[in-house]
Amino acid sequence: MKPVTYLDYNATSPLRPQALAVMTSVLQEAGNPSSVHGYGRAARRHMDLARQQVALLVGARPENVIFTSGGTEANNLALLNAGDRRLLVSAIEHDSILRPAREMAAQIIQAQRSGEVDIEHLEALLRRDTRPAFVSIMMANNETGVIQPIAAVSELVHRHGGMLHVDAAQAAGRIKLDIAALGIDFLTLSAHKIGGPQGVGALVLGQDREITALLLGGGQERGRRAGSENVAAIAGFGAAAMVDTGAELARIAWLRDELESLLLSLGQPITFFGRSQGMALPQSHERLPNTSCFAAGSKNSETLVMALDLAGVAVSAGSACSSGKVRPSHVITAMGFGAATAGTAIRVSLGWQSSQEDVERFVAAWSSIQGLQGATAEAAAGVFSVA
Amino acid sequence: MSVNKTAQSGVNVNGSSVSGSGTNQPHLPIYLDYQATTPCDPRVVEAMLPYFTEKFGNPHSRNHSFGWDAEEGVEKARRQVASIIGADEKEVIFTSGATESNNLALKGVAHFHKDKKNHIITTVTEHKCILDSCRHLEMEGFKVTYLPVQQNGLIDLEQLKAAITDKTVIVSIMAVNNEIGVIQPLAEIGKICRERGVYFHTDAAQAVGKIPLDVNAMNIDMMSISGHKIYGPKGVGALYVRRKPRVRLEALIHGGGQERGMRSGTLPTPLCVGLGEACAIAEREMGAEVERLKYLRDRMYNKIKEQLPEVYLNGDLEQRIPGNLNISFAYVEGEGLMMGIKDLAVSSGSACTSASLEPSYVLRALGVEEELAHTSLRLGIGRFTTEQDVDYAVEHIVQSVNRLRAMSPLWEMAQEGIDIKSIQWAEH
Repeated sequence: MKPVTYLDYNATSPLRPQALAVMTSVLQEAGNPSSVHGYGRAARRHMDLARQQVALLVGARPENVIFTSGGTEANNLALLNAGDRRLLVSAIEHDSILRPAREMAAQIIQAQRSGEVDIEHLEALLRRDTRPAFVSIMMANNETGVIQPIAAVSELVHRHGGMLHVDAAQAAGRIKLDIAALGIDFLTLSAHKIGGPQGVGALVLGQDREITALLLGGGQERGRRAGSENVAAIAGFGAAAMVDTGAELARIAWLRDELESLLLSLGQPITFFGRSQGMALPQSHERLPNTSCFAAGSKNSETLVMALDLAGVAVSAGSACSSGKVRPSHVITAMGFGAATAGTAIRVSLGWQSSQEDVERFVAAWSSIQGLQGATAEAAAGVFSVA
Repeated sequence: MSVNKTAQSGVNVNGSSVSGSGTNQPHLPIYLDYQATTPCDPRVVEAMLPYFTEKFGNPHSRNHSFGWDAEEGVEKARRQVASIIGADEKEVIFTSGATESNNLALKGVAHFHKDKKNHIITTVTEHKCILDSCRHLEMEGFKVTYLPVQQNGLIDLEQLKAAITDKTVIVSIMAVNNEIGVIQPLAEIGKICRERGVYFHTDAAQAVGKIPLDVNAMNIDMMSISGHKIYGPKGVGALYVRRKPRVRLEALIHGGGQERGMRSGTLPTPLCVGLGEACAIAEREMGAEVERLKYLRDRMYNKIKEQLPEVYLNGDLEQRIPGNLNISFAYVEGEGLMMGIKDLAVSSGSACTSASLEPSYVLRALGVEEELAHTSLRLGIGRFTTEQDVDYAVEHIVQSVNRLRAMSPLWEMAQEGIDIKSIQWAEH
């Protein structure tokens, strides 16, 4: 059966119609933004507009937005600019931070069971050495959705004379971001996670920050990133950045919470990673409104994801990368969970097209795969209507 | 939205069309800058569209059908790219464009082999991204030999042979120059490099789909490919990396380990599909397209020559792609010429540096004098250029040059037989 329910928005989002419309039009235009003639200037205008739109998304100045081929390139570009500083990255970063960081002999900041980075460990690492640090911590985690305490991190890092890079690929468009208010020096964005196209992202500079380029050549992007600009995709990125997501996010958060209530109501012991436990406790941290990551039962992640796909539901066992083999998530392991738990984790991530039916289909398929009683779509829908 | 199915029906540009559509009056301005970028072929756009909508998955999502559909599109594209250069699909990695491919090829190979070899050979007429990568490597301690070119823009093979040492790791020579369209002797260069045991990389951004390329027959070890120079989308390119004998290189972008670890990052499925389709169309249609463009190019060049004295073609005419002319017009002022032909979208240098007023370093490398370099036009024609476009362009160029020369005291003196260079200009 062909999957009809797509719940893997943290891997990639379907393109928003606003982005598709502008891209379909721009794709059919000739013109290289570096050319001085009319065709070139028209392409340049698309670039300028998109740069303003993306800047607005994160409270940056347009001239501080550097378009790249995606989040991975932006992360690599940021780390390249650590220069002689010692590099500190958190254990729960995306591979596009962890891999280059490993090459650069970075120190690893531990994570807590809540899914947040251990800010005390960060402080200890900052104190241990007087050399200025370059710190990279993501805004929100791609697997658990846990939002990191970036305001506190930023204050701490800067108090110790460090610089802060924040990978906001998953956070942008899902929570409010203000690069200036948070004092972030470098910020990574990815278009296809916010409903823009694949193949474009940005590194956004904080005020008075400058960088050395990774890709050298024709002097595009003020010499910060060479290569003929990906005009159509950049225009699509801009259009996606301008979508007002307020009502949509409230709906998505509601659907995610319903999904978790339904799973709890099935009676199977279940662990939701990064979810604050109990109403009595103060919310120490928050998650992205669209992400639910959990483990239940003994079937391993890969078996579950395959079975769900056969049942017409697309979810993920962690981040999509090249390996093709599902390993226990390094994020959940870093949070202190054993390999057995990490090896059964599933990530469900919702987005702009997600509906109540999608949640119902997921819960029905899940119940059936786990062999739980009353596991039918109707039953799930019934619980839903009561809730 | 609707996309035209036939290539020759024109592509929308700023609400007008790149080519005329049957009427005698071409749509203005006429696009004659096919070496800066090409319009995306409507058939390419059509191939891409499903991957923006129903097949939107992440091609690296290995556990559900959305991912598999996207992966299928990417892998078909990889085969299409491999096919046009006679490579195996496993030897093609996707990048964000030729600039990234060139950066990766040079820095990647240099860094991987830095303990044993430290010498790179390239030419003075390469694209900026090759030259800038080489300068960067020089700062890291590598030695770079920049081969000069002859007056026709081609390298001297004997100089190449003489430049190779036992410390040479890679020779990087572009297949086709972006400004003057000349084709370097790839097979001969490849043979020399293979005999001497050094890697041969070629920047083929301007060559794919315009000249036959075969990585095995030409002993090419690495080749950079661009999407938007061959009627594909911007933001995508490829690097061919030979597997036998294997080329080893260090990645430039690290992360999820995509593209066999040589280039991390989520592959942009629609862009890859677009590049693949562009290659497939080029492979199918290159024969006929070359003949058509050769006819148009010769028509353009001959008409200009017939009507204007003192025009000079920059670069070899025979060893040249059919879509390019680069002509210097003596005794006119460059900026005035550009202003006079506003209906024509042309470039007076490489697009990347065209906003600057420096004379083209490529033309300077051919020995073209500064004045003539300043008055050169790059006339790039392509798939959507019509005969009317060419005739209209010639008419306007001729008019504009004649008008400027009529106002020029230098032209007047030259007509009277005075050798301008012999004049001692008074100081003011």
